[in-house]
Amino acid sequence: MTTTTSPITSLITAFVGELRAAGVPVSMVETIDAMRAIEVVDIGDREALRATLASTMVKAERHLEAFDTAFDVFFALAPSGQASMSPSGVGSGAGDGGGAGGEAASPEELRQALLEALMDLDLAALSGAVGTAVDRLSGFEKGRPVGGTYYLYRTLRRLDVDQLEAMLAQAMAAEAGDLDDLERRLLAEEVASRLEQLREAVQEEIRRRLVEDRGRDAVARTLRKPLTEDVDLMHATRHDLDAIEEAIVPLTRKLAARLARRRRLLRRGRLDFRRTVRQSLATGGVPMDPKFRSPRPHRPEVFLLCDISGSMATFARFTLQFTYAMSTQFSKLRSFAFIDTVDEVTDFFGPGTDFPNALARIATEAEVVLHDGHSDYGTAFAGFVDRFGKEVTPRSTVIITGDARNNYRQPQDDMLGDIARRARALYWLNPEPVSYWDTGDSVMGRYSPWCDGVYEVRTLRQLEAFVEELSLPVKAGRR
Amino acid sequence: MEALRRVDYLADARIAQVAFLAHRLGKPILVEGPAGVGKTELAKALATLWERRLIRLQCYEGLDESKALYEWNYKKQLLRIQADSDHDWDDLEADIFSEEFLLTRPLLEAIRSAEPVVLLVDEIDRVEIETEALLLEILSDFQVSIPELGTITSTTQPFVVLTSNNTRELSEALKRRCLFLYIGYPDAAREQEILLTRVPELPEKLAAQIAGIVRSIRQMDLKKAPSVSESIDWARTLLALAIDHLDTAAVTDTLHVLLKYQTDIDKATAELIRH
Repeated sequence: MTTTTSPITSLITAFVGELRAAGVPVSMVETIDAMRAIEVVDIGDREALRATLASTMVKAERHLEAFDTAFDVFFALAPSGQASMSPSGVGSGAGDGGGAGGEAASPEELRQALLEALMDLDLAALSGAVGTAVDRLSGFEKGRPVGGTYYLYRTLRRLDVDQLEAMLAQAMAAEAGDLDDLERRLLAEEVASRLEQLREAVQEEIRRRLVEDRGRDAVARTLRKPLTEDVDLMHATRHDLDAIEEAIVPLTRKLAARLARRRRLLRRGRLDFRRTVRQSLATGGVPMDPKFRSPRPHRPEVFLLCDISGSMATFARFTLQFTYAMSTQFSKLRSFAFIDTVDEVTDFFGPGTDFPNALARIATEAEVVLHDGHSDYGTAFAGFVDRFGKEVTPRSTVIITGDARNNYRQPQDDMLGDIARRARALYWLNPEPVSYWDTGDSVMGRYSPWCDGVYEVRTLRQLEAFVEELSLPVKAGRR
Repeated sequence: MEALRRVDYLADARIAQVAFLAHRLGKPILVEGPAGVGKTELAKALATLWERRLIRLQCYEGLDESKALYEWNYKKQLLRIQADSDHDWDDLEADIFSEEFLLTRPLLEAIRSAEPVVLLVDEIDRVEIETEALLLEILSDFQVSIPELGTITSTTQPFVVLTSNNTRELSEALKRRCLFLYIGYPDAAREQEILLTRVPELPEKLAAQIAGIVRSIRQMDLKKAPSVSESIDWARTLLALAIDHLDTAAVTDTLHVLLKYQTDIDKATAELIRH
């Protein structure tokens, strides 16, 4: 802190910049804390440094993944195969061969080396073998602006990991002796977990080389990923979906707490005379602390109408899951699913529902398809009015989720108008970006005049914002 | 890390590093993670290790400063006023707002303690966001302001551990003052070690099996994944039942110790047997 910019200071500053760019909020004070903390740790110990920076800069678990990625890039070790890499890289050509040239390194021999390292969980041997493997098999090309996934798969394919897995399983089974079913399952999982270690080692090795090749800023930019609450629900990978699923429950709990607090602040109820007098006994009959009744909370009755056709299924699932997690905020919650016809599906959900499973059951057990299994909003709305229209009252809030892509069928927007007239409010959640609405077969424009609000909901964050607005009595008496 | 091991707490390198840092920098630790992974245990272990008294403030909704910080002993004050009513009011006022009439609650106690203590604020996410503000003065300056008495500064610095189950977002102000530590589920090898430390009579082979099965169950999509404390309970149960080898039947019979929802038990049983 005496000099203006020591190398470590500027490194940390750049690192903070990267974290902020990746969506992790790091404040000024936290940066200073990190600098102070570094002074008391051994910077040579990489894991200690990681723990130090993480604990001072990252204050939420969901930001840790982004932190780890950025840390790996910014504080990368030199690549394992360094000795053999650089001479040939400088330009003396392939003939030089480098220090590792003497080692035999055909894919078969590498596989054998990796197998032994994985058998004994010898991390040093593992990283050495991985270094050589990446060296020989990844086909690394300098200067290509990629994130490394391609190199990862290429290396793993040429190593033939499937065979490696089989060999490892066999070797470990032979070592363990006789096994019953349960033990075999556990063994298989142990094998899978060790192979995952191998994958991670290969990935890390490739990242090190990328950093060396293209510089940390460029690599960090390539690897930057949106945070879970900002992942586009329509284009989420499996890994993202799991993360979203996990994030839903804490998110709804936080939202419920926030809502309860805002309601409390909104207005206080009448004086609770009995409790005030009771309380005053402790202070000799002086009412020092007046007590108030809590006002009756406003709880809307919600009808949730979801398009569950192929492209919309994931979105519908998260909307349902989120809304059901919030169901204590509503006086009643009924759900309906449709593809080209509509059916009530409230009974499929209850405490402890497994949502992906429930949605699969709906697709087969509920009557949502009449014809060809392509969305038909018009028929679905007409069916809804016919069967459930009378139950929609001025206390009901109707929420429709879907992309309004009607496959060029009749929109029947008068039916939606009918629903809107009966309900207190009608909202539409569309998982497509606004710029796509009314292109192709989307008839969003025909429906939106009937809605009290049409929202683009592409991420968990947007979904949360919508539910928050829905649960507050701000909108009361609008119609 | 080694030191923590001596008091039967198996920390990984990260936990040990953050505890060390917090100690050196004099900053509170905010520990977050799923239930039953040893967040509270960490505070207890540190207290034992440094031979300090542990003061615990269990948070709950509705906790206010009269329960967390201090409260005037109204009844005693009233008695005092009634006892000699002919006294001069100024004297009396100075008298009834003295430390004699102050009921100290955990936070004030931690600060006034002559010996340094470990202060554990458990499940901080349960209190309202306004109540959190009570802690801010203590966490950064280790002092408490009492309007009638002035500011009470600590003579010794308490080591503060806050735990949270992450049911709501804590305020920025609070998080900024703390070092953040996330404790997740341990990997199979560390879990096996934890089991052997907490249940010393457990055969090593059985511990490995338990750790393996628990890992396997945690990977399933369940309502509530088994915590470390539950796997310790399971180990004790198996020991009590004299089961020294886990086969499918033994697992199905005792799974209810590990899982607390019937749907979870059904699902896990089906999964484990299928293979």
